[in-house]
Amino acid sequence: MLLLLDNLGDWDYIPSQSRRGGYTVGKQLDLLQGTLDMLILKAVSLGPLHGYGVLLRIEQISGDRLEIQQGSLYPALYRLEHQGWIASEWGESENNRRAKFYRLTAAGRRRLQLEAEKWNRMSDVIAGILGATSEEV
Amino acid sequence: MTLWNEVRSSLRAIFGRSRMERDMDVELKFHIEAYAEDLVRRGVPRAVAMRRARVEFGGVERAKEECRDARGVSFFESLTQDFRYGVRMLRKSPGFTAIAILTIALGIGATTAIFSIVDATLLHPLPYPHPEQLVAVEDDLPGVGALDVGISVPEWHDLQRSGIFQNVSPIGGGSVNLTGSSQPARIFFAAVPPNYFALIGVKPQLGRTFDPGDQTPGFTLEGVISDGVWKTTFGGDPHILGRSVRLDNDLYQIVGVMPAGYHDPGRTPEDRNVEMWMATGFAGPPAPPPERNLRILPQAIARISDGLTIQTAQSRVDALVASLQKQFPVDYPEQSAWRVRLVPLQETVVGDVRQSLILLLGGVGLVLLIGCVNIANLLLARASARGREMAIRQALGASRKRLVSQLMTEGLLLSLAGGIVGLVILYFAKGFLLQIVPDSLPRLNEVAINWTVLLFALAAIVVSGGIFGLAPALHAARPDLTYALKQEGRGSTGSGEQLRTRRVLVVTEFALSLVLMIAAGLLLRSFWDLLNVRPGFNTENVMAVRTWLPVPNDPETDIYRTAAQEAPFIRELIRRGRTLPGVQEVAVGDLAALPLGHDRNDLNPYLMTIGGREAQNSLPPLVNMSIVSPGYFHLVGMTLQRGRLFGDADDDKAPRVAVINEAFARTYWPDGDPLGQHLQLNDAHGNRTNAPWTTVVGVIADARTESLAETSVPQIFLSLYQKTSKDLAVFVRGRLDTAAIPVQLREQVQLVNPELPVFGAQTLDEVRTASLSERRFSMEMVGLFALTALLLAGLGIYGVISYLVSERTHEIGIRMALGAQRRNIVRMVLRQGLGLAIAGAAVGLACALIVSRLMAGLLYGVRPADPLTFAGVALLLIGVALLACYIPARRALRVDPLVALRYE
Repeated sequence: MLLLLDNLGDWDYIPSQSRRGGYTVGKQLDLLQGTLDMLILKAVSLGPLHGYGVLLRIEQISGDRLEIQQGSLYPALYRLEHQGWIASEWGESENNRRAKFYRLTAAGRRRLQLEAEKWNRMSDVIAGILGATSEEV
Repeated sequence: MTLWNEVRSSLRAIFGRSRMERDMDVELKFHIEAYAEDLVRRGVPRAVAMRRARVEFGGVERAKEECRDARGVSFFESLTQDFRYGVRMLRKSPGFTAIAILTIALGIGATTAIFSIVDATLLHPLPYPHPEQLVAVEDDLPGVGALDVGISVPEWHDLQRSGIFQNVSPIGGGSVNLTGSSQPARIFFAAVPPNYFALIGVKPQLGRTFDPGDQTPGFTLEGVISDGVWKTTFGGDPHILGRSVRLDNDLYQIVGVMPAGYHDPGRTPEDRNVEMWMATGFAGPPAPPPERNLRILPQAIARISDGLTIQTAQSRVDALVASLQKQFPVDYPEQSAWRVRLVPLQETVVGDVRQSLILLLGGVGLVLLIGCVNIANLLLARASARGREMAIRQALGASRKRLVSQLMTEGLLLSLAGGIVGLVILYFAKGFLLQIVPDSLPRLNEVAINWTVLLFALAAIVVSGGIFGLAPALHAARPDLTYALKQEGRGSTGSGEQLRTRRVLVVTEFALSLVLMIAAGLLLRSFWDLLNVRPGFNTENVMAVRTWLPVPNDPETDIYRTAAQEAPFIRELIRRGRTLPGVQEVAVGDLAALPLGHDRNDLNPYLMTIGGREAQNSLPPLVNMSIVSPGYFHLVGMTLQRGRLFGDADDDKAPRVAVINEAFARTYWPDGDPLGQHLQLNDAHGNRTNAPWTTVVGVIADARTESLAETSVPQIFLSLYQKTSKDLAVFVRGRLDTAAIPVQLREQVQLVNPELPVFGAQTLDEVRTASLSERRFSMEMVGLFALTALLLAGLGIYGVISYLVSERTHEIGIRMALGAQRRNIVRMVLRQGLGLAIAGAAVGLACALIVSRLMAGLLYGVRPADPLTFAGVALLLIGVALLACYIPARRALRVDPLVALRYE
C-alpha cells in the first residue's frame, strides 16, 4: 500500500503499484506533497541544506524507510520559498561546489509547529481508532 | 505577509526570468551530479551512475515546469507562449485568418455601432444635472379616451405651488419669423416660463437666462438664442448681448446664448432643435385669459423636489388631482376621469424608437452570434486537421488544460484582431453611418464611441472569442490519442463526436438565420404594404412650400387677425401661383393639411359642441382639424362622397361651413345623416360661448393623412376664408420644375408681403417617403443583417458538407466503382445537407414565432405569425442550403474511383 497524503492531512489509500521498475524495492513508504512540505520544513529547521541535502536528511532520519521522489522535491522547495516559509541563498557545498541552500524563516517555523501539531493530533486519533478492541466499542 | 511574499516572488520570477532559469539549471544539475557521486561511492560503475541518477530523478523538464508553476510564473509564461504560437498559426493560414477576422470585424463593428446608438438614446441619462428628477407632466382624460391632452395655466400654477416640484415649466412654441436680416427667416422657438432654465439646470455660455422670479403675464421680450443661431445668423458676434431682434413684429432683446451642443429634451426633432427661447407667463396676450379647462399648454416638464422619487411624487399629485376635482366639479367632469401622469423625461424623449432599437440590437447581436458559430465551425475543421499535432503534444506531456488554454488563446486572438479592425473601421465610418440614421431618431448628437461603448465592444470580443475558441478547445480536450497518432499523415481525426458538434453548430446557425430572416421578411412585408397602400390622396406632381404669418404679441397690430383680413392675402397668393410655369392648380392650407407632413401632436382634442351636447364629455374628442382653401380637395385628390366642397363664396360673410370625413361622420352620427348638422367650435382663444355655429356641408372619403398605417382618423376641414391660420402650406400641382418652383413661389409670396419667410419646399412624394424613414431604416438594417446571416449560414453548411465529402472520398470511390449512379451520389450528399437545413429551420421557426410576437408593434398589415413569410423564408433558407451543398456534391461526382481507392 502507498500512503498518499495531501496538504489538508486527509488520508487516502490507493492500491500499490510499482512506480519505478527495478531500482528500488516497493517496501519503502512513499510520500506525496503535503507531508513532504512538512518534512522539508523539519529537515531545514535543523540547519540550512541544499536540495539534495534535504533529500538525504529526510531519508537518513527516517532510517531509509521513507523514499522521496526526487523530481517532486524541487517543486515543493520552490513552493515553500514562494510562500515565504523557507529562504534560499547560494553557498558552497561540502565538495566545494556552488549550491543553493535553504533555511527556515520565522514564518516557516510557525508553520512547521502548526503542521506538526495537526499531524500529531491526527495520528493520535487514527492510532486510537486502529487500536480499538471489541471491548472498547 | 505571505501574500506580499508571493507577489514579490512572482514578480522576481517574471522579471528575473533568465536568472531564475539559470539558477534552476545549476541547482538541478548539482543534485543529479551529487547523487551520481553517491552512487559511485556505493559501487555503481561511473558510466552507469550518471544515467541512473538521471532516470531516478525523473523528468527534469517536468520538474522545472512544476517549479515555474510553483512560482506562479507559468500563467503569464504560457500566455505569451500561446499568444506567439497563435500568431504563428494564424499567419500560416492567411486565407482562413482573413475571413475569420473580417467576419468578426463586421460583427463587432456593427454590434458596437448599434450599441453606441442604444447607449446614447436608451442607456445614457439625459445630459442635464440630476436627470432622474426630470419628468414630463401629462394630463390624461382616459374616460373619453384622450391621452396627453396638454395642461391649462391654472393647473400649471397649482402644480408649481404644490411643493411636489422644484419647478414646473410648460413648453409652447413653434415657428416665428425673424426679420431684419437679408431674408426673413423662420426659426423654431420655445415659449417657456422664466423658470425654464432654472429647471433644466444648464447655464448659458454667454450672458444670462431668464429671471425665475419674473412675474410678467405675457412675453418678457427677452430672448435666449442657441449657439447655432448665434454662429450662423449673427456670425458669432461677441457683442450680441443686448441686441434687439424683430420676431413676428415684436422687438426682443437677446440676453443670453446657450452653449454649443445644448438641446431641449423635446419629443420631435423640431422640439429638440429649438433655436430661441422666449419667456412668458402664458397669461397675457397673445395667450387667452387663463381658464381651468382650457389646456393651451401642449406639454410641460417638471423637476421633482429633492428627496422625492417619481412614485412618491405621483402619489402626491394624485391626491392633489382628487382635491381639485372636488373643488372644480364643472371643469373636471367625472366621466372624463382626469388624471395627471408623471413620466420620466427620458422616456418621452426616446419615445417609441425603443422597440426598434432593441430589435436592431437583437438583430445585429444575432449576426455576430452566427458569425461566431461560423468561425467555431471553421476552427473545428482546422482542429481536426491539427488533431495529430494535438495528439503528439499531449503524448509529449502537454496537459489538457494547457492545450485547451492554447486553443482558447487562439480564439481570443482572432476575436481581438477582428474586434480591433472592426472598431477602427467604425471609427472612420462613424460620420457616414450617422448619416444613414434618420434624423428623427432622438439624441443622435449624443452618439459617441465612449468608454461604455468600448467596454461593450471588449465584452463582445471576449464573449465571441470564448464562443468560437471553446468548440475546438473542448474537442481537443479529449482526443483519442492512439487513433489520432495512427492516422498516418492523413492529419485528420474525423471522429464522430467532432462531426456531431459541427452539425449542431450548423443547425444553430440555420435556426438563428431563420429568426433574423423572418423578422426581416415581416418588416419588409409591412413596409411594402405601407408603400402600396392607397392613401386616399394623390401625391403625384404636387409640391408644397411653407410660410408663417407673424403673430404679434399685441393682437391689435396683427394685420392677419381675422379671416376677412387674411383672405385677400390668400386669394392673391393663389392668383399669383397660377401664373407660374407648369402650375395647373394652387391651394393653401394650414400645416395640418400637409398630408403625412405634420406631427402627430397636431391631433388635438378639439373642444366642440355638437347639437348642444359637449363632445368632450360624451365622445372621444380626438379630431384632426385642417383649414384649407376651396381648391385643396381637388388638388390633393380627396374625393367627395356626399354634399359639396368649399366654394369661393364661403367667406367670412357667409354662414360657417365644414367638410368632414367619413370617420368623423361614423363617430358622431353613426345612424343619422351628417349633412346639415350643426356644431360649435371654440375660437382660437378657446372661447366657445359666442363661437359661431358651423354647418356640415360635405363628407369626403377617409384618407391616411396622419400616418400611412392609420386608416380612419376623424377629420374636419374648415374654410381658410372663414377661419385664420398662421402656419401655412402652399400647394401647387402640375408639370413642375421642382428646382425652380420653390424660388418662384418665394418671389410671389414676398411680392405680396416681403416680411414673410418661405421654407420647407417638398414634393408630396418626398413627404410620403420621409414619413416612412424610420420604418425604412429598421427594415433595411434588419434586412441587411438577415442577408449577412443567410450568407454565413450558407458558408457554414458548405464547409460541413465539403468536409463530409472529402472524408468520404474513399467510400464514394468504392460506390462508383461498384456502379453507383451519379444522381445517387448527388442525392446522398444533398440529403445530408437537407437534413441539417430542415432541422435548423424547424428550430428556427419555433424561435421566430416567439420573436415575431415581440415585434408585433412594428408590423403593419401582416400578422406576426404570417404563414406566407414563415414558409417563404424557410423555403428560401433550405434552397440556399441545397445550393451550398450542390458544390461539394459536384466535387463528389468528379471523384475518380481509381484515384480514390489508391489514395488510402
